Amino acid sequence: MLRYLRLLGVQFRASLQTSMQYRVDFLVQGAMSFFWMAWAVVPLLVVYGKRDRVAGWDFDHALVVLGWFLAMKGVLEGAVNPSLASVVEHIRKGTLDLVLLKPVDAQFLVSTAKFAPWHVVDLAAGAGIVAWAFSRMGTVPGPAEVSAALLLTACAVAVLYSLWILVVSAAFFVVKVDNLSFLFLSIFDAARWPVSVFTGFWRVLFTVVIPLALMTTFPAEALLGRIHGTALVAAVAGSLGFVACARVVWQRAIARYTSASS
Amino acid sequence: MIRTLRAAPTLLRVGFSEAVAYRAEFLVWLLSTNMPLVMLALWSAVARDGPVGRFGQAEFAAYYLAALVVRLMTGAWVVWEMNFEIRQGTLAFRLLRPVHPLVAYAAENVAAMPVRLAVSLPVALLALWILGGRHVTHDPLLLLLFPVTVFSAWLITYLAMAAVGCLAFWFESATSLFDVWLGLFGIFSGYLVPLELYPRWVNDVSYFLPFRYMLAFPVELVTGGLSRPQALAQLAAQQGFVLLLLGVAAGMWRLGTRRFAAFGG
Repeated sequence: MLRYLRLLGVQFRASLQTSMQYRVDFLVQGAMSFFWMAWAVVPLLVVYGKRDRVAGWDFDHALVVLGWFLAMKGVLEGAVNPSLASVVEHIRKGTLDLVLLKPVDAQFLVSTAKFAPWHVVDLAAGAGIVAWAFSRMGTVPGPAEVSAALLLTACAVAVLYSLWILVVSAAFFVVKVDNLSFLFLSIFDAARWPVSVFTGFWRVLFTVVIPLALMTTFPAEALLGRIHGTALVAAVAGSLGFVACARVVWQRAIARYTSASS
Repeated sequence: MIRTLRAAPTLLRVGFSEAVAYRAEFLVWLLSTNMPLVMLALWSAVARDGPVGRFGQAEFAAYYLAALVVRLMTGAWVVWEMNFEIRQGTLAFRLLRPVHPLVAYAAENVAAMPVRLAVSLPVALLALWILGGRHVTHDPLLLLLFPVTVFSAWLITYLAMAAVGCLAFWFESATSLFDVWLGLFGIFSGYLVPLELYPRWVNDVSYFLPFRYMLAFPVELVTGGLSRPQALAQLAAQQGFVLLLLGVAAGMWRLGTRRFAAFGG
């Protein structure tokens, strides 16, 4: 366990050093995060400029969801996406052999291979928006709400990561999945809105098939004290199931891997 | 010029076969243009208890489905391709050919249009079937102009992408700059939200930026939001932007290729 933590530290330091090499890019990316933050608020402002409430959500509550969306997008693009994109590259070139030969769990090694540190700004932006929303409401969430929200966020990250592992596992079968990840990112964009805005087909898609609701709406509801205990338990159980399923699929996929180079 | 014209059918055929060969990827790529549908779902929820401005649920549906069709038809990917080829040095192969590379890239993009049409036509027909003809302009001149405006919208998209792609001659990567362009596009083209629903100044500013003519103009034209004089005035502005961007893209290409040094080979 300690060994894995130390390895994580090493991997993270390596990523940091790599990205610091490209200083201009680093600064540009940081500035871009602010640009996107402002950009993300615009549609919300337009919608709530016309209506006080949409599907039971007022502006402040919807802001909390948006904050979570920005933070989760930061996690996705900063910690999950870069590593797993490099797995796809490994599979295509056949260099995954080098990873598999190492005496560490392969899934751990590939999922921590690369971080994009400037996306920390996204986390800060998300937190800032949530803080702004609460200062507008003039309330402070209690410890119970905060811990429920944190628990759900942990579930959300786990599910996000598992979804990504599933996408990457597909790479063992069809090789080219860059487009698939692009598709996922475009769908993930819908997570900026509270899920109750959507009805019918979209609601089913976003709660069950691709659980976007779990990633932004549920944690926000927990922080606002609007969530039921049963929903909390279901969310935790569901995400544990998701993680287990992703692990099994990954192991199946890796068993099928035949090196491309030799 | 004549040489390019003679090569055109072959270039288009190659591009078309590429689009068909990678059809699965192409389909996934098209599916990722789902933003208008999500925004439609959102605005339908907002408009459930009364119209927003002149937009009721049906008007939103007409607007966003038309936006989806225009967006599907005007897609281009030249900025990523140029960025990649300039960095890898494979641009050298294109420079050796007797056809201007910007024309060759354009041919690849144009050749994919029949495939794009095959996807967007069902969307358009579905929209017509659900909403009826009430939300389509009845002016025959404007209907005739619609394909012209869509093609010009594609030209603006393509030329702007090519101009930004040329920045890769100077910087390590042009794609993060292109993200800024995409962000501005999202707002000022009416892709996210119809321009009329923004504060007035956004709508006013949008007339002087290229983005409106890449999406909102064709969409408003076909959904009957524009009168004939308005449409013709905007058409003139659109053509102006096409010429302007053509100049910019060609100029930047000329300056950039002077700096270009291929690696490897």
